[in-house]
Amino acid sequence: MARALDLRGRGDGADRAFRGLAIGAATVVLVVLGLIAATMTRRALPVLEHMGPGFFTSTRWSPADEEFGALPFVWGTLYTAAIAILIAVPVSLGVALFITQLAPQRLKKPLVYLVDLLAVVPSVVFGLWGILVLSPHLGRSFLTAGIILAIMIIPIITSLSREVIETTPQPEKEAAYGLGATRWEMILASVWPHSKGGLVGAVMLGLGRAMGETIAAALVIGSALGQLTVNPLAPGNSMPAVIANEWGEADELHKSALIALAVLLFVITIIVNLVASSIVRRSMARTAGRRT
Amino acid sequence: MTQKMSVLLCLALAACGGKKDSTGADPGSSVTAPVPPKSGGGNVDLDASGSTFQKTYQESAIEAFTKAHSGIKINYGGGGSGKGRQDLSDLVVDFAGTDSLFKDADLAKAKGGAVLYFPVLLGPITLAYNLDGVDKLQLSPATAAKIFDREIKKWNDPAIAADNPGAKLPDTDIVVAHRADGSGTTDNFTKYLDKASGGAWKLKSGSTVEWPADTQAGQGNAGVAQIVKSTKGAIGYVDLSDAKASALHYANVKNQAGKFIEPTAASASAAGDGIDVKDDLTFSALDAKGDAAYPITYQSWVVVYAKTNKAEHAAALKQYLQYLLTDGQKMLPELDFAPLPKSLQDKAIAQLGKLAG
Repeated sequence: MARALDLRGRGDGADRAFRGLAIGAATVVLVVLGLIAATMTRRALPVLEHMGPGFFTSTRWSPADEEFGALPFVWGTLYTAAIAILIAVPVSLGVALFITQLAPQRLKKPLVYLVDLLAVVPSVVFGLWGILVLSPHLGRSFLTAGIILAIMIIPIITSLSREVIETTPQPEKEAAYGLGATRWEMILASVWPHSKGGLVGAVMLGLGRAMGETIAAALVIGSALGQLTVNPLAPGNSMPAVIANEWGEADELHKSALIALAVLLFVITIIVNLVASSIVRRSMARTAGRRT
Repeated sequence: MTQKMSVLLCLALAACGGKKDSTGADPGSSVTAPVPPKSGGGNVDLDASGSTFQKTYQESAIEAFTKAHSGIKINYGGGGSGKGRQDLSDLVVDFAGTDSLFKDADLAKAKGGAVLYFPVLLGPITLAYNLDGVDKLQLSPATAAKIFDREIKKWNDPAIAADNPGAKLPDTDIVVAHRADGSGTTDNFTKYLDKASGGAWKLKSGSTVEWPADTQAGQGNAGVAQIVKSTKGAIGYVDLSDAKASALHYANVKNQAGKFIEPTAASASAAGDGIDVKDDLTFSALDAKGDAAYPITYQSWVVVYAKTNKAEHAAALKQYLQYLLTDGQKMLPELDFAPLPKSLQDKAIAQLGKLAG
């Protein structure tokens, strides 16, 4: 810290200009975010005035009767994201561990490349694949959407996990082997405690992506209104999907309701991220504490 | 919000280029940098968005029209009738395509003043189905309403049998397919059921309705057609061109005169003959009178502002509208739309005179 202050003291024109540029760029991001939040909230007000707290608790969504309840969409968003996480986490961790700990050297690069390739497939392609391949068997449902979302978040979780796991210090791994640990015991004793925080972070980023995914979900989730059910094969809806589907033909109050959904999604995503970063921080602290 | 989104979309698609120049966004620039005199009207870009129902017509018409008028560029963005009306209201586009009218409250907010409606086409909504061994199906509005709100769940239901004397109907479960996205087609179809079914329709009308959970939703006309095509026992409402493109069977629907009519460009035009048109050229072609009228026929308008301060745009727009209402109409049957009936066409052409420019 003191060193940094020294540097600032010696700063010449270029340093000051760079400092201004960096602060300016950081401020722009915050200002844009703030403006988006403000505009969206303002446009959401009409429906909140119209519905009151019912907007958050009502299960009915009827543009014809001007009744807008967000609960089934919130449920659908969380439920499909949960299904996606349930499927994607074991697969991603398995792939990441395989690549870092088990795979022969010549397989590593192609595997990493293949998983990353999955990340560049446009979401609409996944959605169409879901319609043509999955929905004839599973219908358009929470489960279909969950599976598609799982495939979409596997690359993110895998590549972040892989990088986290690779930072496990070699001495810690060798120490485990030195004590006679099997590979599995080494992973449990050395890799897992070291990587836990980062892995939770990776999963949470995947969760954030799953909750916000729009087009793929809109195509396969079934677009049923008012669905508040745990039946994974029932058609449902999610917040981003209903916004994408209904925006084009919505009139004033309906639009306001869709914007309010967007604000709600924004808030929920922020909460998930805050919870995630606090989990990461705490588990990091624990690991650090044990090491000292 | 919408305006910002459209601007972003424009940037993303690079499809609305040149709009800034032609609107003369910077009034100061003409003082410092004199605009070179334009020969033969120069280049004009017309931007439009709205109804996806009339989009195929717009695309064909734009291609043919701009070939003959090289100085005019037209971009019809689609996006839905609601988006078109909003964009016109926000002065984002020069004209909008819409299948339904402005609400009075929304019209009051339009930034460009009074608007004019120009009807451009009519089109039938088919009841497309997929049922082994049944190539011909007849439905009355009340039966259709009961099928689509899930009161009737089997194809051999007595109500369907009563509409189809002598037909062999299988004991298959009915699967109802509808639009996942908010849609002018849904709006008109549900309005028709509401109006014509004699109280049998329970789900009200609108671009989004509360379909029962045991129904299936597809994106766009093509998405609904895909569900019908791939699902035994399915029925859905699909526009004629998509039903034909997917080679679906579709029902003959009973009209006001008690006749079961096949949806075709001709029977939709016949529906246009039996409607009451208001002075501002607004009307509804649903459930029209006339023996040959197909009852689930709906309409699409181009909406423009009566006055615009962009003289070049006004002139180009007028030329294009003229084309849509005259020569362009000849393309419609090939696209599975119905041309305007003569009486309506004449009124629309006469209304061009009210357009500035």
